[in-house]
Amino acid sequence: MSSPSDPLTSSSPIRSLPFLAAVAAVLMGLAIVLALVVAPEDADQGLSQRIFYIHVPIALTSYFCFGLGAWKALLLLWREDSRYDLESYVAIHQGTIFGALTLITGSIWAKASWGVWWTWSSNQLVLFLVLFLFYCAYFMLRFSLEDGPRRARSSAVYALFGIVLVPISFLAIRLAEDFIHPTVFTREGPQMTGTMFTAFCVSWTAVTFLAYVLYRVELAGKRLDADLRELREALAS
Amino acid sequence: MIRARGLEKRYGRRRALAPVDVDLPRDGVLVVTGPNGSGKTTLLRLLVGLAAPTRGSLDVGVDRSRLGFLAHEPLVYRELTALENLDLFGRLYRVAERRERTGMLLERFGLWEARNERVAAYSRGMAQRLALCRTLLHEPDLLVLDEPYAALDEQGAALLDRELDGLRGLRTIVVSTHEPRRLERLATARLALA
Amino acid sequence: MSYLADVAALTRKDLRVELRARDTLPAMLLFVLSTLVVFHFALPTGTADDAAYGLLWVAIVFTALLGLARAWVPEQEHGVLDGLVLAPCDRSAIWLGKTLATLVFLLAAQVVALPAFVLFFAPLDATALAGVLLANLGICAVGSLMAAMAAAGRARELLLPLLLLPLVIPLVVGGVGAAISPEGERYLLFLGLYDGVFAVLSWASFEYVVTE
Repeated sequence: MSSPSDPLTSSSPIRSLPFLAAVAAVLMGLAIVLALVVAPEDADQGLSQRIFYIHVPIALTSYFCFGLGAWKALLLLWREDSRYDLESYVAIHQGTIFGALTLITGSIWAKASWGVWWTWSSNQLVLFLVLFLFYCAYFMLRFSLEDGPRRARSSAVYALFGIVLVPISFLAIRLAEDFIHPTVFTREGPQMTGTMFTAFCVSWTAVTFLAYVLYRVELAGKRLDADLRELREALAS
Repeated sequence: MIRARGLEKRYGRRRALAPVDVDLPRDGVLVVTGPNGSGKTTLLRLLVGLAAPTRGSLDVGVDRSRLGFLAHEPLVYRELTALENLDLFGRLYRVAERRERTGMLLERFGLWEARNERVAAYSRGMAQRLALCRTLLHEPDLLVLDEPYAALDEQGAALLDRELDGLRGLRTIVVSTHEPRRLERLATARLALA
Repeated sequence: MSYLADVAALTRKDLRVELRARDTLPAMLLFVLSTLVVFHFALPTGTADDAAYGLLWVAIVFTALLGLARAWVPEQEHGVLDGLVLAPCDRSAIWLGKTLATLVFLLAAQVVALPAFVLFFAPLDATALAGVLLANLGICAVGSLMAAMAAAGRARELLLPLLLLPLVIPLVVGGVGAAISPEGERYLLFLGLYDGVFAVLSWASFEYVVTE
């Protein structure tokens, strides 16, 4: 009996995970320090602007995770290797979690900046809301289908639809500005000084790395589950 | 014509078919037996390509156009008549002389009088006979029949016996059944699933 | 071309089945009319005309959902879908046949709904109608695929709206924009883009949804 990805001998061993997790923790700590303490205070928005250092990287990471999920989905359909199903699922799972965090941090920022918990005039937030709904439906789809190639393929197709939806929805929301809600609140794009830029980059790196570690951890955990199940069955029969 | 090694199918944790080997030369007749839940239907679905194996290799020497599958369900539209159903499948399978062949099959299986009635009005046995017509419509080289006698009435079963006798040696056939004795005279290979 | 012949045969089949069963189309017609009447009571007096266009699109989307939920039912009875998948025709032809048939049903429902809307609420110009036609294509193309995905699982009636609604949002933007914006053509172009991209994607991925 051989499994396609034996965790004890595969090319990315689990043993490295604690080390990677430690690196992620350090990077995140560094990023938080830079964002809260070191970076200069913004003249207009003050303390609330600091959320930007977390909110934007989280949003970018979320997009990246969805993209990764779509890529793995494409590989699944193209190479017909069921290994990619789990990888795609975990990537999208991470993306959804970070997406929810984007909505939450975005809402906090909106409250701090404009005094409202939600506004339709922030295109990014609206886009994330649509995507969040879409990817929540992804999990409903997986939940309602029986495990097997059918579920893997349908999930993969849906993941591909998701990534195509990103630019299309973005265009739609831009077009909708004309008649849905006039732009009441404006936010200047961050004109970043050197220190701000450094803080942002560190933060972005930290969050991306954190997402990567979480992805690896979840994937390893699920693979172990599957391997354990197989072993149990082999012993039982 | 069919060659399978270690063919296995699982749905998540549930194993539908334990590893099995199959060797069936052209024009052979394979009779598959086994208790309920042993994977007869799963095996047949793997052979025709409706399911993909979880493990193992499968090589079937024909493509979809030369394959005929009789399932538990009749695989015909309830709201259409027998003629309309066979006309549709005849078109999809690019059957030559579609109308003649349809008429001949309907007559042979005793459905000519009912040809303009909707399948919804048919009895189970009649629907299954229509399913047989659909299976044989395009003269497939490989016939896969899943417990064909289960849903057929007596008349239908007799017609099927006659049909199989006529096709023996001319077609490759795989049949799963609970009554292996009925097919004893035809079988060139046997497979018992546990 | 035999591909088109297959699609034609499949579309004809769907139309025939609906003509006999007569359950989906009357339901869609009644549903859209009832919805429009409900909207009348839902809109307070003094609401701008524009709000009515928004509600028109809600009505269209939910009527389409109703039709799409039933789209693959004939193939589920007696396991016919297996029969179609086994046939030597291209699997995408099955999708295209179903999409075209659903499109016909949606148009048929709109032949009644649109005049009723004009009667009850507000006029519709050529751009608005073009928007409806273009959006129909998008809804049916993506909807047929999503309906097939949902049909394979349990709780399929619940799943289809969840899968489809986020995908339909851009179409609603396009449709409403075409109806009320002075630059309606931009929205028509956008609808065309949506249709092009998602129809091709649906056409190409159907095979993967119905086979293993």
